Amino acid sequence: MKQEMVDRIKNDPDFLQLVRVRSTFAWTLTIVMLVIYFGFVLTIAFDPSVLGTPLSAGSVTTVGIPVGVGVIVSAFILTGIYVRRANGEFDELTAKIKRKAKGEA
Amino acid sequence: MKPIIFLLLGSAGIFAGEAISGAVDKQPLNMSAIIMFLIFVGATLAITYWAAKRTKTAKDFYTAGGGITGFQNGMAIAGDYMSAASFLGISALVYGKGYDGLIYSIGFLVGWPIILFMVAEQLRNLGKYTFADVASYRLRQTPIRTLAAFGSIATVILYLIAQMVGAGKLIQLLFGLEYEIAVILVGVLMILYVTFGGMLATTWVQIIKAFLLLSGATFMAIAVMAHYNFNFESLFAKAVEMKDVTIMAPGKLVSDPISALSLGIALMFGTAGLPHILMRFFTVSDAKEARKSVFYATGFIGYFYILTFIIGFGAIVMVFQNPQYLDLAKQAVDGGSPILGGDNMAAIHLSHAVGGDFFLGFISAVAFATILAVVSGLTLAGASAISHDLYASVLRKGKADGLMEMKVSKIATVILGIVAIYLGIAFEEQNIAFMVGLAFAIAASANFPILFLSMYWSKLTTRGALLGGSLGLLTAAVLVVLGPTVWVDFLGHAEAIFPYKYPALFSVSAAFIGIWFFSITDRSESAQREKEAFEAQYIRAQTGIGAEGAVEH
Repeated sequence: MKQEMVDRIKNDPDFLQLVRVRSTFAWTLTIVMLVIYFGFVLTIAFDPSVLGTPLSAGSVTTVGIPVGVGVIVSAFILTGIYVRRANGEFDELTAKIKRKAKGEA
Repeated sequence: MKPIIFLLLGSAGIFAGEAISGAVDKQPLNMSAIIMFLIFVGATLAITYWAAKRTKTAKDFYTAGGGITGFQNGMAIAGDYMSAASFLGISALVYGKGYDGLIYSIGFLVGWPIILFMVAEQLRNLGKYTFADVASYRLRQTPIRTLAAFGSIATVILYLIAQMVGAGKLIQLLFGLEYEIAVILVGVLMILYVTFGGMLATTWVQIIKAFLLLSGATFMAIAVMAHYNFNFESLFAKAVEMKDVTIMAPGKLVSDPISALSLGIALMFGTAGLPHILMRFFTVSDAKEARKSVFYATGFIGYFYILTFIIGFGAIVMVFQNPQYLDLAKQAVDGGSPILGGDNMAAIHLSHAVGGDFFLGFISAVAFATILAVVSGLTLAGASAISHDLYASVLRKGKADGLMEMKVSKIATVILGIVAIYLGIAFEEQNIAFMVGLAFAIAASANFPILFLSMYWSKLTTRGALLGGSLGLLTAAVLVVLGPTVWVDFLGHAEAIFPYKYPALFSVSAAFIGIWFFSITDRSESAQREKEAFEAQYIRAQTGIGAEGAVEH
């Protein structure tokens, strides 16, 4: 990539917006995943009995079962949320930046 | 005493204390398994023949021409990642300890969203064939490529040994073949797939295997649930009646907070540093397909782990204490209710319990296919590190001819295959529980920090990456050796020098701090240029402008 193109793109408001919005979004989702997972693991380390509590009086199923399955499902849902927004909003912005970079080149 | 598949295929050193005693008894020849296995081998060799005709350039060889779709790649990633360990090892862990099996499998899944949010698209936009392309993008080629290749090869070899030994034992059990013959068979098939069919054949072997494994596991889970009218409470109630109530709660898997954090870090960031997984992102055309790959892969892998949980409980209610699967000889010595072939066979016995001999044959063949798909992906990644990073970039300074590079890659594949066979046989009797754990620790402590910081930190310099990455690698290796899994279980000392089984918390921190420190104190002229080059790299990483194989608009 030529330096003039780098200078042009780095000052392109669309590029700045893409980078800002996408990194905020990606970091937010990353932190959500880290909090869910390490919250789960540290609960096990500090107080395993929480997850061993029966779901309702007399049931064998414990709180840990829906929580564990919930962690798995949350990982999938978070990837879905990211892909949905990236395929729409972020890709449109990227295409716009590329068109401008090409058109003016 | 033969520490079996459980240890080898299972990932971190968690399984260290659970060696299955007694020699592995060969099973009688299982005809339906052998016929289905032969069909699988025949079909995959036909695919390899087809792929070989389409593999003409280095790009074809490393990335299947870059034309794999997001969905296909998601399936192939799942096929690459769901090893026989996940299937047999995790269902065995659920069978033996209940809830702990779920905790373990969750750790293997949660790295995927991180890969998507942080790594996948940037990797696709910046790289060509290996993750070292990205790590060395604006840094000095020779030192960074060498370190990255070393990290890749170390990860691949450790992982390969574990897979080969596990494969030998498993096939011995399932098919009644000699251990050596089983290991050689796996090695030869893997060499054939990779040398002739390259990434295209490897991808399709992984896709087919993922499909077979998911179908088989789905059938087993449904068959189990049908017995209990699809009511989980009834299944769990019966399982608790068979064993005891502790299987429904966390047990001893994660005991103290340091180990918990360290294991979590190893699994999460290790996944994002596995060379054979990272390489898969170069097989798709652009960032969009890369991100779709991770979405599908996360779905398939998560679904699979839920199935293994049901299968483990299914085995408790249908296999445990079932006289048909009881190992009478072992019971006479050790008491309890051991099953034939050990806990790892829980899922295999369950397949017989729900589907008879025919389905047992199918699941056995699937287990074998699973191993083949995983070792092929590993070997291809190892060979690429040798040919693309060491030969073409370090030795020939990027001036290697594509065809020559591909030839080196094929030679490297054959050599890696032979090394894997040799080590697989050499380590038959060894306790190698630490190997996959060490592979993950190295991936998390050397590969991942360099890759991650090269993408996101403008002040990274060659010196920082080289010293910090090496520091992470060494810390991981030394702490694993001094820790309980090697120092006590492998070398036989009474007490470990380093008390924790998982070094990642310390070694990953060492890598990040080392890279940071040696980068910011680097005042050289080349460091200045490397920092200035970040801008252009960042624009390409974010937009894909100038990316290898990107679709022109």
